[in-house]
Amino acid sequence: MTRKLLLRLGELVVVLALVSFGVFLLVALIPGDPAVAILGEGHPPEDYAALRAELGLDQPILNRYLDWLGGALTGDLGHSIVPPRSAVIDRVLAALPVSAELAILGLLLAMALAIPLAMWSAAREGGLVDRAIGASTFAVLSVPSFLSGLLLIMVLVNGLGWFPRGQWVRVSESITGNLHHALLPAVVIALSEAAVFTRILRSDLVVTLREDFVLAARARGMPRWRVLVGDALRPSSFSLLTLLGLSFGSLIGSTVIVETLFALPGMGSLVVNAANQGDFPMVQGATLLIAAAYVLVNIGIDLAYGFLDPRTRRVHA
Amino acid sequence: MTPEPPMSQEPPMTPEPPVTVGSTATPLLEVDDLRTTFHTPRGAVRAVDGVSLRLSAGETIGVVGESGSGKSVLGRTIMGLISAGPATEVQGTVRIGGRDVHALAPGERRRLWGPEVAMVFQDPMTSLNPTKRIGTHLTETLRLHLGLRRGAAADRAIELLVQVGIPEPRRRVRQFPHELSGGMRQRVVIALALACSPKLLIADEPTTALDVTVQKQILDLLGTLAERLDMATILISHDLGVIAGRTDRVAVMYAGRIAETAATAAVFEHPLHPYTDALIGSIPRLSNEPHAELRVIDGNPPDMSAPPPGCRFAPRCVHAFERCREEAPPPHEPLAYDARHSVACHAPLLPAPNADSGNADSGNADSMNGGDD
Ligand SMILES: Nc1ncnc2c1ncn2[C@@H]1O[C@H](COP(=O)(O)OP(=O)(O)OP(=O)(O)O)[C@@H](O)[C@H]1O
Ligand code: SF4
Ligand SMILES: [Mg+2]
Repeated sequence: MTRKLLLRLGELVVVLALVSFGVFLLVALIPGDPAVAILGEGHPPEDYAALRAELGLDQPILNRYLDWLGGALTGDLGHSIVPPRSAVIDRVLAALPVSAELAILGLLLAMALAIPLAMWSAAREGGLVDRAIGASTFAVLSVPSFLSGLLLIMVLVNGLGWFPRGQWVRVSESITGNLHHALLPAVVIALSEAAVFTRILRSDLVVTLREDFVLAARARGMPRWRVLVGDALRPSSFSLLTLLGLSFGSLIGSTVIVETLFALPGMGSLVVNAANQGDFPMVQGATLLIAAAYVLVNIGIDLAYGFLDPRTRRVHA
Repeated sequence: MTPEPPMSQEPPMTPEPPVTVGSTATPLLEVDDLRTTFHTPRGAVRAVDGVSLRLSAGETIGVVGESGSGKSVLGRTIMGLISAGPATEVQGTVRIGGRDVHALAPGERRRLWGPEVAMVFQDPMTSLNPTKRIGTHLTETLRLHLGLRRGAAADRAIELLVQVGIPEPRRRVRQFPHELSGGMRQRVVIALALACSPKLLIADEPTTALDVTVQKQILDLLGTLAERLDMATILISHDLGVIAGRTDRVAVMYAGRIAETAATAAVFEHPLHPYTDALIGSIPRLSNEPHAELRVIDGNPPDMSAPPPGCRFAPRCVHAFERCREEAPPPHEPLAYDARHSVACHAPLLPAPNADSGNADSGNADSMNGGDD
């Protein structure tokens, strides 16, 4: 297990090196002169040149990358080029918890919704419940999340006033207050994820329920629900687990939508604003952290396989 | 329906007690005109089509027939694992210990599974949960039915593994199924079936998926345990050779019906049904290649959604005549001279006056020993 972990961590380093270089290059190659973006038009050329030198833009790209990487390793991701030119790391660390919470809460809600629905559906394969759940998930999937988000905002925020919008309360300030602010955006994220999870888990469960060991468990007198939960669920959850890791990545995309809808100060809004302002150090720093989080989560998922499926574990002699 | 007379050549076990529940006077298992029909998009599949049998406590019966003859469906319907549902029809009755399995509420029926009747499945590779430890399989069953505490269940699990001849049981309980060999897994499956001391064990091709060398060990183990625990057993197999010498009686199944049933020795000595005769002729000798595919009988078993009219064996029967193709032979016609031997055929093969001549000798000499009951 430790060997596997070390191997994974090595992978993490390689992936991060590749991602960081790719991102760095991509952002550096974006047309437009950051110096012009910062100072505006109409200054003497010396001013622009001085600023470029200050930002290190006069250096060859490889040098700039290594400089930046060296900084990143010590926790210094540089400064925003947009006044008040705050440290990238501070802004990112302020935004990351918001997005992470939305993603985690959203995925947890999605699982809490999907697992019972999938089990119910699979247990009644081909029946009315199964078809109703199948149709509902399909319906949910065909509604884009900005639309369901808008609808929820219209009804629950503007209409009934049950949930706030455009503010954020940190967990450290108040747990209930935090949940109150995070719940609705998380629900918007959860909806479409839950629909996908339900469909995947249901179809895997249906296959597992035809296995001999399920019949054998029933033949030992296990109640149907115990067979479903105790025997069928775990061997059916491998695809769901994979999906969970992938979802985490794609969630970064959908949190942008949700954060924008709910005007929340998360990573999505941070990156989008930075990109609009040509704030390349911010984009680079934020992307690096997102990539790191993504790789870490998927390492966790990989390790979880070993827990779920003993056959993938090393046999201890 | 002709019920079998209760006693014939069997030596009397105990003086007849008054008829009370649990006495040997009421058979442990009574199956009457059982029919299991699956309604599929292609039509109704009559997998079991009018089977009757009786089994008393401790008695063993072998059910033989080709693939698709309905043996597994029969076993599962007897147990109630297959029951009436949206696409499944079950007619006739199954009584275990006097209780009508298919009339019980699902929760009640479930309580029979384990303490009254248990099943050993064909493939030990697939009949254990790959994500569950061996010990958990056993303890959850013990705790469910016997209400044992965790510690007591764990102790009992070890005992059960010892009973089925698994070495190092304390290490095994911590292992997962994939860490055990096929033979060991099947022993675990047997231990699971025995966990609640069932009165009836249904073993559905318990050795088909195993190596030949392991097959005999597992069959011997089942035989010993059945005898020691006084457990009635239904041993299902497509191979008459497996059943020879191991069961008191044999029921030969063809296309959802019982073609012939008799004491095991009687079936081998003078098979009356042409199908039984052909089956006996095709038993592989022990000296044969273990996995040699034997073309059992020319032709294929009928499509169960459109079985032929008349005798279902007629298209493949060398003795078939006009009547066979029009009229189904009455099931379970007992013989005049042997009431426990019954056959469903218009023209049963004439038993040779002396048992030492005839078809029975053709290929089964080595597997015949020990067939006396
Ligand atoms: N759930 C089902 N739905 C439809 N048909 C079924 C179902 N289960 C079994 N059958 C059909 O019933 C017939 C008998 O099947 P069964 O499994 O009992 O045969 P078997 O004698 O056990 O054969 P084998 O030696 O291959 O195990 C087959 O034609 C099979 O296709
Ligand atoms: S009834 Fe006719 S076809 Fe059927 S087994 Fe007997 S002889 Fe053959
Ligand atoms: Mg079968």
